[in-house]
Amino acid sequence: MKRFYVALGIVCAGGVAWLAYSALHKPEQGLGPNAPVPVAVADGFKGFTLGSDSAPIEITEYSDFECPWCAAFAAVQMPVVREQLIATDKVRWRYREFPLSVHKYSRLAALAGECAGEQGKFWEMHDLMFGEHQWADANTDPTGVFHGFAQQLGLDLTKYEACVSTQKYAGRIETSYEEGEARGVQGTPTFFVDGRKYQGRATSDALKALVDSVITARHAH
Amino acid sequence: MWRRQAIALLALAGLFDALYLFLYKLGVVGELQCGTGGCETVQASRYAMFLGLPVALYGVVGYGVLLAVSLAATHPAFAARRTPDLLLAALASLGVLFTLYLSGLEYFVIHAFCRWCLGSAAFMTAIWVLTLPAVRRRL
Repeated sequence: MKRFYVALGIVCAGGVAWLAYSALHKPEQGLGPNAPVPVAVADGFKGFTLGSDSAPIEITEYSDFECPWCAAFAAVQMPVVREQLIATDKVRWRYREFPLSVHKYSRLAALAGECAGEQGKFWEMHDLMFGEHQWADANTDPTGVFHGFAQQLGLDLTKYEACVSTQKYAGRIETSYEEGEARGVQGTPTFFVDGRKYQGRATSDALKALVDSVITARHAH
Repeated sequence: MWRRQAIALLALAGLFDALYLFLYKLGVVGELQCGTGGCETVQASRYAMFLGLPVALYGVVGYGVLLAVSLAATHPAFAARRTPDLLLAALASLGVLFTLYLSGLEYFVIHAFCRWCLGSAAFMTAIWVLTLPAVRRRL
């Protein structure tokens, strides 16, 4: 019986020590809200696009991966937009980063998206980050979650990690944000249809109605 | 008696395992020591919640109850009684079923494995196996 209590004590002490160590030695959340933004030269990049370059209309979306409305739009409306507007060559869709400062991990998520884009998988990462959006509610550093997504997408993980940890595209993201501010973006998602700020409802039906009416009007002239 | 003691030790280890995942969910633990990224993928998935509560919390409660019952069962007053064995077997069976469900989700739906969840599955399965001989003997 005595040996049992000794063993119980050892497991208990080990468990308490492990939990205390884990709680007290939190890793640096290097890309959190207070992390320094490295000065990076903007590279003239204008966002990732979907659809034909010859599409008659371009819709630009300013979005934030941590934003719940953006996630809802991506999950519910975007599949229909892709099917009815992008796949039919009516619209070219452009995604611009607009990481809101109220969100703790938006900038990290934007970097993860850009770094996946570097390997040709931006939209796949976009779909995962919005589709598996629980990370945004977890209030914990999602670096590992994004690493898992990168792994799932078959990215070169060494290259991906180096890209994220050096904040390779921080300048690009900042430029996109400043561009959005200059265009009057105040929240996300915000859309511009052929350069004009879209004030209507953010639904695929409303966007389709607008696109169809613009195309019809152009044909009439 | 040695089986009840072994169950208590395994339940205590399982309790710390579940507590670690629960504290991560609460934000007390910053990053899971996982190595593969699979832990965060699993923990951030929608399946990390069950009936509105974190799955890890069910683990904490489950292992806590198993620990309490098995510790009580090691008391000499309960040595000859069959009730603690049956209770432990019933609890462990529930635990194993829940573990099977969670492991199935990891394999078939989430396509990622969390080492801490697999550790918990090992603890629960071992506990269940340890309850079997006593139940067979007393049925």
